[in-house]
Amino acid sequence: MSEVFEFDKATEKLKLLDAFIETQPAKDEAVISVLHKAQSLFGYLPAELQLHVARKLDVPAAKVYGVVSFYSFFSQEKRGDFTVNICMGTACFVKGIDKVIAEFSNQLGIKNKETTADGLFTLNDVRCIGACGLAPVVMINDKVYGHVKAEDVGQIIMDCKEQKGV
Amino acid sequence: MLNITINGKAIQVPKGTTILQASREVNLKIPTLCHLNLKEFGIINQSASCRVCMVEVEGRAALVPSCSELCTEGMVIRTDTKRAIIARRTAVELLLSNHPFECLTCAKNLECDLQALAQELGIREIHYTGEKMNYPIDDSSYSLIKDPNKCIMCRRCETMCNVVQTCGILSAVNRGFDVIVGPAFHLDMVDTSCTFCGQCVAVCPTGALTEMNHTAKVWQALNNPKKHVVVQVAPAVRVAIGEMFDMDPGTITTGKLVSALRALDFDAIFDTDFGADLTIMEEASELIHRIQNGGRLPMLTSCCPAWVKFFEHQFPDLLDIPSTCKSPQIMLGSMIKTYYAEKIKKDPNDIVVVSVMPCLAKKAEAARPELTKDDNSDVDIVITTRELVQMLKIAGIDFAGLPNSDFDQLLGQSTGASVIFGTTGGVIEAAVRTAYEWITNETLEKVDFVQLRGLEGIRSATVNIGDMNLRIGIAHGLGNARKLLNDIRDGISQFDAIEIMACPGGCIGGGGQPYHHGDMEIIKKRQLAIYQEDQGKVLRKSHENPYIKQIYDEFLGEPNSHKAHELLHTHYVSKERI
Repeated sequence: MSEVFEFDKATEKLKLLDAFIETQPAKDEAVISVLHKAQSLFGYLPAELQLHVARKLDVPAAKVYGVVSFYSFFSQEKRGDFTVNICMGTACFVKGIDKVIAEFSNQLGIKNKETTADGLFTLNDVRCIGACGLAPVVMINDKVYGHVKAEDVGQIIMDCKEQKGV
Repeated sequence: MLNITINGKAIQVPKGTTILQASREVNLKIPTLCHLNLKEFGIINQSASCRVCMVEVEGRAALVPSCSELCTEGMVIRTDTKRAIIARRTAVELLLSNHPFECLTCAKNLECDLQALAQELGIREIHYTGEKMNYPIDDSSYSLIKDPNKCIMCRRCETMCNVVQTCGILSAVNRGFDVIVGPAFHLDMVDTSCTFCGQCVAVCPTGALTEMNHTAKVWQALNNPKKHVVVQVAPAVRVAIGEMFDMDPGTITTGKLVSALRALDFDAIFDTDFGADLTIMEEASELIHRIQNGGRLPMLTSCCPAWVKFFEHQFPDLLDIPSTCKSPQIMLGSMIKTYYAEKIKKDPNDIVVVSVMPCLAKKAEAARPELTKDDNSDVDIVITTRELVQMLKIAGIDFAGLPNSDFDQLLGQSTGASVIFGTTGGVIEAAVRTAYEWITNETLEKVDFVQLRGLEGIRSATVNIGDMNLRIGIAHGLGNARKLLNDIRDGISQFDAIEIMACPGGCIGGGGQPYHHGDMEIIKKRQLAIYQEDQGKVLRKSHENPYIKQIYDEFLGEPNSHKAHELLHTHYVSKERI
């Protein structure tokens, strides 16, 4: 396995995850929601964490991996503090999201799926996030930015940095 | 009943009938590819992913896949319109558009369902050029080769692995054009909890999953004058191999098989059935010992290596339940390298034991480090029924025309009890025949325990032995085995002895057998042949085998003796589940 996941440093988060799993009524149907929870706790889904989820839910690891590798929202790589999810759905595409992602890429100095050297930003293109009325849409962690234009990108990045006090 | 019309013919079909099933009623053969329906085993792959069986339904704008679409009242279906036929041909052309055209050198050449379909539909030109896939080939295990580049995403292997065998190794991963079927985290098969049962190989329509071919090693051994090359053949091989020489399914070819092996110049030809008789001596003794001394019950059989690997991964807390007996092939290998080696005054290192098995798991079993003595494997090379056929064809041996001949002696005599090891229910029936006589000291007149036979996934029966009732459970298919094991773990199992075979049908349906192409009748005929072969034997109980008596008198002592334990028994290791 490529990622070594150090569980001993993650006990607290694991406890939270296991408690969440306990609340699931049908374990074999809970794969996606548990993976969402796991990603929100750990920031990404390394193989060991997927295996942990598979065993807790008693579903094959191959199935869990199948789900993780299917949905672009799930990440198996460690991410920056801010994941800049760029919606590549049809509506956003038509409204010029390509210029927005190019601007993020340019200003952050990284390509899609990469993380900045300071560990702050990860650029991530995703499939339609279902907010087509706000197209073009960018979602940074839990925050949704609607009607984003290339010239807004600089301010959005500044906002994030301010949040972190950088 | 529903009234429907297919191609102008009005018929009635029961509710729940698919269009494909209904079409068979009126002698139509809609081509299929991903579809697989082995009803008796509860194996149905209905992913409707290949779009080859498309038909037109009146009033519906789009074509429908006949394999999964259910008939409805008044449905009017046309299977032969220009639109449907063009759609089918397009589907096949698209599947071929990114397929590697290695057909002539592919292990599935002339056995490939995609190839057969292209021929059936008269595809002579492919109008699309697809981007070729370029995935690494997984040849990490001793048992099978996985080549995702030849995969057509029919999902049959996934159904077998997840629904039937409940191993959960294979799943579709990634998305869109990048989808492949494979293990979690792109692990190599050897690093997963795959049992190597080979049922994925048995149902793969193309060359995406095939056996690891070991025939080159056998040729090498046969051509090495310093090596004494001994071959053994499993019971299920003799009722299936004829199929690949245009003989009817269920033809018993034991005598021809021996002649064929002799023609290949093996130095000695022994019968795994002898190993099976030996297994019964040890296993029945172990069972009686456990019953009479308050040992752990139920006792589970341990002849099936896929089953052994399954419980090591899936039930590591129950490792004390299975019998400690090695499997028949390994027992026989062990006797060849010790008893037989002594008899013919050969160094075991100069003996090569080749097994012909209906099985892919037997390949991985032979490579297990604990099944060795002084660093010398009990069995050196395992080839499948299919691989033996390949060797015979290369050697130009006219199998069907061969005369019958007998196995070589010392380790070649066998009883009917050992023959039935080849089918589900056989091992436990063989054990009961011997246990009955040993417990009661009476002659068992009626040796056929028909209550233990059949093809139902989980069976149970109570056999009266003297004043005790032996409660027997039988499961074939690992999903069924899991159900029985869960009951044992939960303490609700009421059995004394349980037989488990990983493959549906037992070894007759093994992953190394001639491809059945979804035809259940073939497996049923193999089973009938197994019981016929048993019926035709003079000796029907393992302990009556004179050479078995001899090997205990001269070499092993008593069943379960110290020496027997050293050479014929093994231990299990708990393994990770992934």
